[in-house]
Amino acid sequence: MHRTTMDLWVGLFVIAGIGALLILALKVGNLGTYSEAQSYTLIGYFENVGGLKIRAPVKSAGVVVGRVKDIQFSTKTFDAAVTMKIDNRYQFPKDTFASILTSGLLGAQYIGLAAGGDEGMLKSGDKIMKTNSALVLEEMIGRFLFDKASEDGDGGDGGTF
Amino acid sequence: MTTETLVEIKDLNFSYDKRPILKGVNMTMPHGKVIAIMGGSGCGKTTLLRLIGGAVTPSSGYVKVANQVVHELSRNELFLLRRKMSMLFQFGALFTDLSVFDNVAFQMREHTDLPESVIRDLVLMKLHAVGLRGAHNLMPAELSGGMARRVALARSIALDPMLVMYDEPFAGLDPISLSVIGNLIRRLTDALGMTSIVVTHDVEASLKIVDYVYFISEGVIAAQGTPAEVSESVSPFVHQFVHGEMDGPVPFHYPAETYATDLNLESNFA
Amino acid sequence: MPRRIVIGIRGVGHRVIDSIWRLGYAARFFTLTLLKSGTSMRRFSLIIRELYFTGVLTMIIILVSGLFVGMVLGLQGYETLQKYGAETAVGTLVALSLVRELGPVVAALLFASRAGSAITAEIGLMKATEQLDAMGMMAVDPIARVVAPRFWAGVISMPLLAAIFSAMGIFGGYLVAVVLIGVDEGSFWSQMQSSVDFRFDIVNGVIKTCFFGVAVTAIAVFEGYDAQPTAEGVSAATTRTVVTSALVILGLDFVLTSFMFRGVG
Repeated sequence: MHRTTMDLWVGLFVIAGIGALLILALKVGNLGTYSEAQSYTLIGYFENVGGLKIRAPVKSAGVVVGRVKDIQFSTKTFDAAVTMKIDNRYQFPKDTFASILTSGLLGAQYIGLAAGGDEGMLKSGDKIMKTNSALVLEEMIGRFLFDKASEDGDGGDGGTF
Repeated sequence: MTTETLVEIKDLNFSYDKRPILKGVNMTMPHGKVIAIMGGSGCGKTTLLRLIGGAVTPSSGYVKVANQVVHELSRNELFLLRRKMSMLFQFGALFTDLSVFDNVAFQMREHTDLPESVIRDLVLMKLHAVGLRGAHNLMPAELSGGMARRVALARSIALDPMLVMYDEPFAGLDPISLSVIGNLIRRLTDALGMTSIVVTHDVEASLKIVDYVYFISEGVIAAQGTPAEVSESVSPFVHQFVHGEMDGPVPFHYPAETYATDLNLESNFA
Repeated sequence: MPRRIVIGIRGVGHRVIDSIWRLGYAARFFTLTLLKSGTSMRRFSLIIRELYFTGVLTMIIILVSGLFVGMVLGLQGYETLQKYGAETAVGTLVALSLVRELGPVVAALLFASRAGSAITAEIGLMKATEQLDAMGMMAVDPIARVVAPRFWAGVISMPLLAAIFSAMGIFGGYLVAVVLIGVDEGSFWSQMQSSVDFRFDIVNGVIKTCFFGVAVTAIAVFEGYDAQPTAEGVSAATTRTVVTSALVILGLDFVLTSFMFRGVG
């Protein structure tokens, strides 16, 4: 095998390999639409995060604005501290409401941000004051059964679910 | 310089897994000569070359090359010494992934900073010396056994070594290639002023070209002398070896019980 | 009877000691290879030559098998997912299986049987024909000149080959799902993009292939260097390379996966 032919093939191979990596990163992994470098951090305390996972999307009006960075149990307040990375392009008012929602009936859980009307904006490291926990299926069913039972028992002064 | 001792071997012992191979060998090899080491198969000839090259360490005694005790050298010193000696392996051991040209150029490229044009000239000169200048583009797989041996010879003299060792250079060659290799060893030794150690069991081919012969048998030197002395020798071992007799000091039969005992003949008569 | 038990236990002990000794020898060889890599780094043309043999020559089998694996994944995934009306998720299925598992593992297995065995056979034959001894006698260290370039070429090739395999597989899945079956192209890509994470899926996959590349080439060069210098010895060493590599790849895959995906997704 002649030296230059070999160099040519090796060059083609390396370019093909790096090209494949780039395709995987850009076309498949969707790198570039969201980057951690240009983001800021928000923390929200939830009574119950349910099945929320690290890397779950943070959405506002259905648009992905960030991702869940970390979930920890806080021993001070005895609830879950969720750290979110939010894209710098999206700023939210101080009285933004964060709730844990489920996509579809059994889908993965995500954090939904509903913007409030405050003039001041949340800054990096700020705490989201208003949160709403995840709906846990067992609790829902339990409450439903309890309501149903009390309804049957005393003629129905319990609120409907 | 010409009569100076290049290789000195003193009381050399070597065992392999407790099996003694060499038992107290003494040799002196002067500069500029062709020395043959002969002996039957498996008598430790190749081991002796490996000891000189520093590939193995002796159990006791020493090998001195150019006044340096080989097994006491550090790794770097040994590699420096090895640049001044080379070895021709039994079947050439050409690098099968390199062309004839690149094989001969191998050491020049590894050990020198010579420009490619100089290397080209040097390689063609070395190949010309063995008559294979026209074959420099071939791959080792395209060479006959004799040609491969000649290329290996050209490769081993690439850096003009002071000492070349040949491990069975005549093995498996046709009579023409055999005498070509024999003559090349003699001519190159004289022309380049190097020293050659030929390990062989080919008596006829080697006696024509060598200056001195050592016979090794069972790990000791059984006989030594110039070719003329050896041919005239009355030593039964040398006589058997040189004339290729079937029985003699080297017995035909492997040691065993007497024939009769093995065949249970004695007990029948008892 | 107790005697037989003693003999049996002794046999076990002998094997354990033997394999520990061999493992230590291999580790020492591996360290030497790393220490003596300087020469091949300075003369990169040595590595380029080996890149041709390990990388380019393996690329054909990687391209073809990647395409077929992706096509099968697309077909099977579609069959299953359409029962739940989720056929647009076929892109996700193909991409995640390839990027996380199949790409690195299958590419490494193919690499071991194509390039790994070739490396072992080549080094083993060089040893059997005294080429390594000859090199040593020429004051050239065979580990630096023969082993190290092959090792690094393998380490460089492996991630590239696995990436080519995965990309080709996703293309195969796309061919089957979108072009042949008619899944919506937009949802195919967008579903894939929303569920494949760069850091956790792609980077982890690449890290895996780097580990596999080091493991397979280290095994291949060691088996070649350690082979009995005979025809049977070399062929036995080649077989050992493929078998050991396959076991190490699968075992390592489990270990790496359990470290990487613990607690996420």
